[in-house]
Amino acid sequence: MVDVLVIGGGHAGAEAALASARKGKQTMLVTGNLNMIASMPCNPSIGGPAKGIVVREIDALGGEMAKNTDKTQIQMRLLNHSKGPAVRALRSQNDKNAYARCMRGALEAQANLELREAYVDKLLIEKGAVCGIVTESGLTVAAKKVVMTTGTYLNSHVLVGDQKTQMGPDNQKPSLGLSPQLKTLGFRLMRLKTGTPPRVKRETIDFSKTQKHPGDSVNRFFSHANHTPYDVKKQYDCYLTYTNAKTHEIIDANLHRSAMYSGNIEGVGPRYCPSIEDKVVRFHDKPRHQIFLEPESAESDDIYVQGFSTSMPHDVQEAMITSLPGLEQAQISKYGYAIEYDAIDARQLWPTLESKMVKNLYMAGQINGTSGYEEAAGQGLVAGVNAALALEGEEPLVLRRHEAYIGVLIDDLVTKGTREPYRLLTSRAEHRLLLRNDNADERLMDIGYQVGLLPGAMYEAHRQKQREITRLTETMKGIDLYPNEATNQRIVSLGTKPIRNKTTFYDLMKRPDVRAKHVQVFMDAVFDEAILERVEITAKYEGYIQKANQQAKKMAAMDAMSIPRDIDYDTIHNLAHEAREKLKHVSPITIGQASRISGVNPSDISILLMYIKQNKTKPSV
Amino acid sequence: MVYLIQVITMKKDTIAAIATSLGEAAINVVRLSGEDAFTIVDSVFDGQTLNDAPSHTVHYGHILDGTTTVDEVLVTLFRAPTSFTREDMIEIGCHGGTYVARKILELLLSKGARLAERGEFTERAFLNGRIDLTQAESVLDIIEARTELSLTLANQGLKGFLRDKIRAYRRRLLDVVAHIEVNIDYPEYDDVEQLTDELVLPMIADLRDSIEALLAKAEDGKVIRDGVKTAIVGKPNVGKSSLLNTLLGEERAIVTDIQGTTRDTVEASLNMGGVVLHLIDTAGIREAADAVERIGIERAKKALESAELVLFVLDNSVPLSDEDDTLLSLTKHKKRIIIINKIDLKSTIGRSFEDAVQLSALTKANMETLETRIKSMFLSGDLKQDTSATLANARQIGLLKQAAAQIRDAEQSARDKMPVDIIEIDLKNAWETLGEITGDSHGTDLLDELFSKFCLGK
Repeated sequence: MVDVLVIGGGHAGAEAALASARKGKQTMLVTGNLNMIASMPCNPSIGGPAKGIVVREIDALGGEMAKNTDKTQIQMRLLNHSKGPAVRALRSQNDKNAYARCMRGALEAQANLELREAYVDKLLIEKGAVCGIVTESGLTVAAKKVVMTTGTYLNSHVLVGDQKTQMGPDNQKPSLGLSPQLKTLGFRLMRLKTGTPPRVKRETIDFSKTQKHPGDSVNRFFSHANHTPYDVKKQYDCYLTYTNAKTHEIIDANLHRSAMYSGNIEGVGPRYCPSIEDKVVRFHDKPRHQIFLEPESAESDDIYVQGFSTSMPHDVQEAMITSLPGLEQAQISKYGYAIEYDAIDARQLWPTLESKMVKNLYMAGQINGTSGYEEAAGQGLVAGVNAALALEGEEPLVLRRHEAYIGVLIDDLVTKGTREPYRLLTSRAEHRLLLRNDNADERLMDIGYQVGLLPGAMYEAHRQKQREITRLTETMKGIDLYPNEATNQRIVSLGTKPIRNKTTFYDLMKRPDVRAKHVQVFMDAVFDEAILERVEITAKYEGYIQKANQQAKKMAAMDAMSIPRDIDYDTIHNLAHEAREKLKHVSPITIGQASRISGVNPSDISILLMYIKQNKTKPSV
Repeated sequence: MVYLIQVITMKKDTIAAIATSLGEAAINVVRLSGEDAFTIVDSVFDGQTLNDAPSHTVHYGHILDGTTTVDEVLVTLFRAPTSFTREDMIEIGCHGGTYVARKILELLLSKGARLAERGEFTERAFLNGRIDLTQAESVLDIIEARTELSLTLANQGLKGFLRDKIRAYRRRLLDVVAHIEVNIDYPEYDDVEQLTDELVLPMIADLRDSIEALLAKAEDGKVIRDGVKTAIVGKPNVGKSSLLNTLLGEERAIVTDIQGTTRDTVEASLNMGGVVLHLIDTAGIREAADAVERIGIERAKKALESAELVLFVLDNSVPLSDEDDTLLSLTKHKKRIIIINKIDLKSTIGRSFEDAVQLSALTKANMETLETRIKSMFLSGDLKQDTSATLANARQIGLLKQAAAQIRDAEQSARDKMPVDIIEIDLKNAWETLGEITGDSHGTDLLDELFSKFCLGK
């Protein structure tokens, strides 16, 4: 008997297993192919807007993704630097092979964690609760909690042209037994679709016809932990090329041969990650589309053709690829394909990611309808830690929308559900000024430490950093600046106008052209980059942050009002019919969550509040 | 989302409403409840700083709109928990008449209060344990009705050009917001230019100008108007049009042919003893001369849907017919005044009605009885000024002002050289505020806009 059994070794499974094992639970990770642990079947990159902040959050909560990314990155960039503090985000290009190997190493080195290569055929269910699994070879493993992170493997089909093969990603065997069982257990399954572009051989590309996109010229890291500096000159470059009229002609002429357009696909694809066929059809007037060429690994020659996802037959893919500038002679090393798979309706989960129908069963990652490595990893950590916390009888980890993008993600999933693969975007967050790249530690490290995931050393370093932030803030507020010639000379040297009234350096920093590091003009001291950044953002956007905090406070108050789990909506007479059905469907655990269900009106919330107050039912768990 | 939180559900936000009935009373009371009540009133009150004043005190001062004095008022303070709602409460006693109270309410709304829903003060009193359920029994029903009302408001709350205008503003805002979102979420997407402060500024300044122009018009009184929605009902040829003409002929008519902000076309408004009546769907009256004998039930039904008061006209000179009976039963649940017209002719109607007003629209005999009846219904509280229409209007004005202020904040941020991300916060808020006016939901609008307009993705 193990404490926690994780099905699947992708980005969700890896974080789930690590979280559980790090909390001292006997954990087993069962996956079909140990070599595929933390593999990156799609783009060789991690992070980007919103997603990069999730990676920071995982790190602040004590997860692995950020560290693993830092160790295996081959290019780092900070995006949106000038567009505002809330939307800055890191993105890395990663060596796929190294990433998977490194994550497997972390799993193997983890105490309390056993890795097992097998396909899970069935869940063992007893009295409405899961109590173990049976593998395809007939082996039974008893478990107190099971976390399903099956990715795109459930009943998956790979589609290329008119060919439809029962297969998982990267030629892996699909998982066939679990889907029908989930259906029997009452899960609403939906068919989703995603795809991947072809890879081409590096030496067959003429990069001189493309535009180079290098990494940043300074060191950047996802993790808050101690950093090993790297040589920025050794980063790999990415390249930009474009489709053209010829590419579009080829696609138009062969549209009927695309799996997507031949009626072969039933799944719903993501709007934000369309195939190139989709782009050409839907935006027919656009003369060209951007295509990025990204290296997949230092150990291989494969170049990932980002923006070129396709399910065309191989001969068409070849014609399409060679129509691209710089790729006239390119040879495809791996063809693109579309993949269809089963996912569940995540509204059948509690915000803890535990199933409402089958006790002790948790779900994370693409099975919940999301897409993306980061979204998967974030859920995996939450599911894993909650399985462990439940075994300890502790309060679960439920992140609020104003605390973390992971909170936005899970709340969206379990409250609104999704009909297409769900991707995080910054616009999904109401309070993104609070959910910044720079303050993930401030937001989440207390929580990470409290739930027992964040290592003590990292927590201590965080406390130290917070103290230094306070100290620097006070120091800056104490630097009085008088409008005399000597001071104004120094002020003008910063590229800003002289002052006319007495002020402090802290207030001067609120000017757009004054930076925190300029404090060194007025005092002799050196400060850490991260500390300067935080103090500067806090000062410059003080009013906005305050406003966001006030709004978040209201939301938090609503999220603090719990709805009894045994509430019977049929006994609340005044509820509107639609609201009653939606509430029964979603079973929100807080008033805040209930208010976010579409079709539940403010007046329904009032009635619900009054009903709860009237009945004073026991508080929910 | 933000709409839900800020505007409706959160019991901690600050609500405001005119507590007195809008008639020709000598004074009106505007009341606020919620944690920002003191701060909000302080921001428009010229007098003692209320935030420092003790509970259960009355203060003299003036309400200011910028530098303009709106009214001379007495302000009564109640601090939590010793108030009706157990929250901080303020009652502003102002002068009578519709204009002043309305103006003060709009000011408060523009400073962050939100218009209270029907029964909401009582609801709060209950939720905060001030009164028990028996005392608040009716509240549940009111809230239930609110569901219907809010749907109606959302669907039909405003009509015609105003709705189209606000939708057009939202559209323009969404363009800017979506553009910024694409810049942020797809930083390498090179098809759209990177928006900068300099590019955003003229786009939104222009938009704010349009909103402010609309507001100015609203304040002229061309858009808002309070009153009782009234339908004149009766089968053809009973004298509906002569009644209307007599009413209008006595110089009571205020305006005609207003494309109002209510769901109905108000064809004429008139003042009867201080009560404003909006006559709705009088088309039937104008067609009465038409030889086509149709009972006009469909038309009557439509007018009846939203009428607060029905003036039901019967013809004294002909026997009561089946059509009369059908219309009578159709209107029996309405506030109704039965008018027996043509008393100058021989009575062959063959039935008597208690409380009926007997008059002759032609000779103007007994017209004053009708006026007295309407007035007494109103004073006894039997008849209310059309709250849904007035609420919708005060609410619309308040929200429009809020949206304009939010855009101004965005402009200020742009001039302060804040990054686009920061500017977008206020623009998104303004977009949501405008959505509250039209009742358009916005959950996935933005994402739909993004993906329909831009070809994004890896």
